[in-house]
Amino acid sequence: MVRTDRLSPAGLRAGRAAPPPRRRPARRGGAGHRPPWWVLAVFVLPALALYTVFIVYPLFSALQYSLFGWQGTRQTGLVGLENFRHLFGGIYGERLWRAFGHNLAFFAGTMLVQTTLGLAFAVLLRRARAGRRFLQTAYVLPHLVSPIVVGYLWSLMLSPQFGAVNAVLRAVGLDALAQPWTGDPALALPTLILVNAWQWIGFPMLLFTAALAGLPPEYEEAARVDGASAWRAFWHVTLPLLVPAIGVVSVLTFVGNMNVLDLVYAMQGSQGAPGGSTDVLGLLFYRTAFNNPDPGAIGQASALAVVMFVFVFGISIAATSVLRRWEARLR
Amino acid sequence: MSAEASVAGPRRARRGAGAALGGVAARVLLWGYAAVALAPLVLMAVSSLRPEAELRADPLGLPTIPEFGNYARAWTEADFGGYFANSVFVTVTAVLLGTAVSVLAAYALGRYTFPGSGLLLIYLLAGLMIPIRLGIVPVFYLFDMLGLLDSLWGLVLVYAASGVPFGVFVLTAFFRQLPAGLAEAARIDGAGEFRLFGQIMLPLVRPALATVMLFQFIQLWNDFFFPLVLIRDQDRYTLPVGLTAFFTEYGLNQSLLYAGLVITTLPLVLLFLLATRQVVDGLTAGVNR
Repeated sequence: MVRTDRLSPAGLRAGRAAPPPRRRPARRGGAGHRPPWWVLAVFVLPALALYTVFIVYPLFSALQYSLFGWQGTRQTGLVGLENFRHLFGGIYGERLWRAFGHNLAFFAGTMLVQTTLGLAFAVLLRRARAGRRFLQTAYVLPHLVSPIVVGYLWSLMLSPQFGAVNAVLRAVGLDALAQPWTGDPALALPTLILVNAWQWIGFPMLLFTAALAGLPPEYEEAARVDGASAWRAFWHVTLPLLVPAIGVVSVLTFVGNMNVLDLVYAMQGSQGAPGGSTDVLGLLFYRTAFNNPDPGAIGQASALAVVMFVFVFGISIAATSVLRRWEARLR
Repeated sequence: MSAEASVAGPRRARRGAGAALGGVAARVLLWGYAAVALAPLVLMAVSSLRPEAELRADPLGLPTIPEFGNYARAWTEADFGGYFANSVFVTVTAVLLGTAVSVLAAYALGRYTFPGSGLLLIYLLAGLMIPIRLGIVPVFYLFDMLGLLDSLWGLVLVYAASGVPFGVFVLTAFFRQLPAGLAEAARIDGAGEFRLFGQIMLPLVRPALATVMLFQFIQLWNDFFFPLVLIRDQDRYTLPVGLTAFFTEYGLNQSLLYAGLVITTLPLVLLFLLATRQVVDGLTAGVNR
């Protein structure tokens, strides 16, 4: 984060005239003296309380729940890692790994489509004169629509008999391509991934547009003057400078796709039809917690939450710190 | 502009037909994808105005005579009016509450350093990367204990809390950028801390407040998971859960479903078209900082 306060005129003047006074760490943005404790508390406490009670406390409780045995809603005593063992063993373990694989496919497929196209659109739009605003708006609109709406809209459009997609294919003579898109176990997951990418594409486009706007155009122009082709100038000059933005897109896509639920729920139901071929961790977690006849449901669902949390949060933190280092090297 | 003109000369000489062709290809790609992005949304709007029989005969046609009856039926018969009211109440209240507490905290954390302030900021910002849905089981039992299960106020509280990390993130950065002299001048005039905040600082961060609120509005309006778990009574459903209830009941009635989808989507599209800048700022708040 940029600390612009360091650059404020007051700071500059102080720095030039004499070494800045050491004993006044409270001077940020030149706000003068620090208000008394109770005033600071009035400002900070409401947010702190709300966030702690409804976001942080439940996550720690989930950790605690996961270490106990359960009979319905009654805790029966510490069982150590028993709930975790249940997750990875037997038929549940098979479901877990299958769902995890689908999440990875979601992430990889969405990344591939949305990052490539999002970047291409951002770069091409830089040059576009006519209709730039309109095009950007068009790409971003699907991103604002609820995933539930996107899911139902696409399942109507992909319906084998009444759907618009197959109607278009038949109209242009591609009858052979008219498929039961969401009903075929082999096609359902790729179809979902494409719908997901359709919804998300505007987001990387916006991030890349913002990142490109922050790059001085002189770099690429200098390369062009030196005789590099447009493609080479982009590949060797602009693209490396976009690595931080690509990193941000990757991390956010990762977090989003590891927790995907709404879209799959709307299109394929809570079981990930057909035959679990589109089941994902989010759905498995939901079913384990709220649609599970096992009296130990709470412990098992909490164990799954802990595993997912550690995995998603751990990878995002690691990726972000690698990114920071990359960025530091670029400067 | 001038830099562009000075290099355009030699460059233009070198690229000829190939570049022109590239330009055409780029335009085809850009406008072609715009059609892909918009067509489903246009189809949704058009189909919501067509009678059921026509939809079944031809999913692609235009309405012969626009039929607004679908909306009237979706609004009353299928309870979309009620879902809409619930969504408006929950989203607006949660956005206001979440932004209010965020702006207070961001002011203290952005303008002052005090023991623990750095740690506090990290603690609040950690929420940006936390998948909060994973805490749903304890939230469920917490709400059960507090009598907030099946209540719209319960949703408001979780939603407001979920907005804190993003609100603090954007607003702290904004408060830091405000010039130093302002506070001093106000103090010399005898303003206390609360007056300084309310009458001087708050009006200055209005653009950032708009960004934060719009961004939250979109997130919360679209949320499906929390009401799916926390709300049981159909009279208290918000639009996304109402849609799933509707889909299982009226699944075969496409025209009504299209109307329901438009009702759910329209407020967001209008907001976006009215305040494109702020929405885009919110979406891209993570880069270039």
